Amino acid sequence: MTRALLALFGWLALVSASAPVPAPAPVATDVIMGDTLPRSLSEFRFFTDGIGQTPNARVIGYDLNTPLFSDYAVKNRFVYVPEGQTARYAESGVLEFPVGSALIKSFGYPADFRDPDSPVRWIETRVLLRRESGWVALPYIWNEDGTDAVLARAGRRLPASWIDMDGETQEISYRVPNQNQCKTCHARDGEIALIGPSARNLNNGQRLAQWVDWGILDRAPDNAPRVPRWDDESDGTLDERARAYLDVNCAHCHNGSGSASNSGLFLAYEESNPVARGILKRPVAAGRGSGGFAFDIEPGHPQRSILLFRMEARDPGIAMPELGRELLHEEGIALIRRYIATMENQG
Amino acid sequence: MKSIAAMAALLLASTSAFAAVHTVEAGPNAQERLQGALIEAEPGDTIEIGAGRFELTDGLSLDVDNVTVRGAGAGESILDFTNQVGAGEGLMVTSDDVVLRDFAVENSRGDGIKSKEADRIVYHGIRVEWTNGPDANNGAYGIYPVESTHVLVQRSQVIGASDAGIYVGQSQQIIVRENMVSQNVAGIEIENSFNADVFENMVTQNTGGILVFDLPNLPQMGGHSVRVFNNMIQDNNTANFAPEGNIVAGVPAGTGVMVMANRNVHVFENVIQDHGTSNVMLVAYTESFDDPNYEPTIRDVVVHSNVQGRAGYAPDFEGGEQLAAAVGGTLPPVLWDGIGTGIVVNDEVPVLTLGLTTPGQPLTQAQPSMAELASETPAASPEAVVLPESMLAAIQ
Repeated sequence: MTRALLALFGWLALVSASAPVPAPAPVATDVIMGDTLPRSLSEFRFFTDGIGQTPNARVIGYDLNTPLFSDYAVKNRFVYVPEGQTARYAESGVLEFPVGSALIKSFGYPADFRDPDSPVRWIETRVLLRRESGWVALPYIWNEDGTDAVLARAGRRLPASWIDMDGETQEISYRVPNQNQCKTCHARDGEIALIGPSARNLNNGQRLAQWVDWGILDRAPDNAPRVPRWDDESDGTLDERARAYLDVNCAHCHNGSGSASNSGLFLAYEESNPVARGILKRPVAAGRGSGGFAFDIEPGHPQRSILLFRMEARDPGIAMPELGRELLHEEGIALIRRYIATMENQG
Repeated sequence: MKSIAAMAALLLASTSAFAAVHTVEAGPNAQERLQGALIEAEPGDTIEIGAGRFELTDGLSLDVDNVTVRGAGAGESILDFTNQVGAGEGLMVTSDDVVLRDFAVENSRGDGIKSKEADRIVYHGIRVEWTNGPDANNGAYGIYPVESTHVLVQRSQVIGASDAGIYVGQSQQIIVRENMVSQNVAGIEIENSFNADVFENMVTQNTGGILVFDLPNLPQMGGHSVRVFNNMIQDNNTANFAPEGNIVAGVPAGTGVMVMANRNVHVFENVIQDHGTSNVMLVAYTESFDDPNYEPTIRDVVVHSNVQGRAGYAPDFEGGEQLAAAVGGTLPPVLWDGIGTGIVVNDEVPVLTLGLTTPGQPLTQAQPSMAELASETPAASPEAVVLPESMLAAIQ
């Protein structure tokens, strides 16, 4: 026994002294840029561990001021830009990433939201690959032991459960989107586009400058725009925070070249036409999504506003957003209710 | 010449040489197998849906150009969304040159089949049905092409839509023919669209038969050049079951054809009969709106050579009964709000005008009287819609 341990120590000393652990192979930019659809997430080498927690070189974690609500899932976001290249700053819209870049987003649930140390069970990782032909969106589902994730182009439903902040057990049929559903939200004029990484949603005062320091962004003007954190009352007016929330949760479809272009309801942060923003706007193709109400937003009357009615619905023919929301986002609903309630009645 | 030959060779190569047929049968895990086939299809491929009932829990979608999705028949291959828990429609198409044929969609929670920015789409021999009949909880639209150029919907059937059975919105160059629509709120609706031919359809037991509308605050407005002809439009008296707030919720039960806020619409050689409110209703948009680019009135609407039967015996709008009593017990078969220019009715039936002068004016200000709208020089009819040969060849 002792001898065996001694031998082990000797071996360890040997390897650590003479052969330091080699740096992991870099991200497989050729796979990102290639024309295959890799079966396993590990083929990209975004992470040096299996479960997608430890990023490889030039894979950088980030978060957004105001994120998309996805049934209370926690998300890990990473960006990868190839060595020697940078994303291009854009004042409005998303940053422009060079060919070979990737965005990586993992979705999962901690067992218990009240416990910050509660382990997260990662369900899926979605990647957006910047190829010569444009962006390609692929969903990967983690295996049981979390060693790798496998491509699931047709999506899947998986059971998910957790204990929420109130100590209640939540159970849902979690929907991993199929490849077309990825595009439903990520569509601009029929092409796949990014949603989250705009200068204004990334800008937390330091991040853009850090990205320049780390060599993944070309410049970061001091006066870069910024949207507030939707849930931080000290960070913006009610109107600004509600607009930020609607921008991130709705405007990826509800804009003039998105999947809901035919609705005429456009909720981008900078949209200034009040009717396009839903104020005293009548529904077009809402069906029973109208809830029997006449306007998307009736100022001063959240309870008569279709927009809020659909946020408060769980029925798939009524609920908005159409994809990726089974639960109600109580905090988001509260924000939009106040936003509509405090609007001056223009009618 | 050489380049034409090269192009022909290229076309052949891209359509036939590599075209594959992928068959998906009903059974366990139908959702993932069928959706997988729709995603992995290559341009030129055909997805064959086997006979049987496919139990689906989420919407399906197709985003590959030039794909045919073909079932064994509208009564044989059934995509059953009764237990749907996600997505806003049964099937969504977002690619060009797609043919959908010979299958059914049942009980989707939202719309039945939607195609958006899907040019040259063909719907042929499709059935979309909510099997419980008229119900406000049914999905809105059965067959729903929108924002598309060149649309063909034919020999299809829609039953039970809580808005429109066949709805074509914000599109252009449209043919809707030889369909059967019943027990929907609107049988067929052409909305904010340009150049549509609607003919040889059987339109019965809806709330309103065929609607030609234009609405404000939308990316495409100014609907025009629509021909509605050779249709059988009969007994559309189903009580309106559309959820309030939607424009069709205001359509009176017992409406045959309704034209609202459109230009150059010709309604001719139809049989239109047995409508409690009106065989043909010609009106401006009545709601308030804030849109400087929107025109709420009708212009150059011509009604001629129709066979019109009984109408106006059970008007389904406020004040309708009193109005009918005032003009002899029943309303005349053609009803005009009195607003708009170039309105011609050459059918040999009486026309009642409400005598309104501005869109949105309350009915209490109506000054009803009989109108003489016959004319020997009506506006010329729109040209027939011509679709690309490829669309017609696809269903030979």
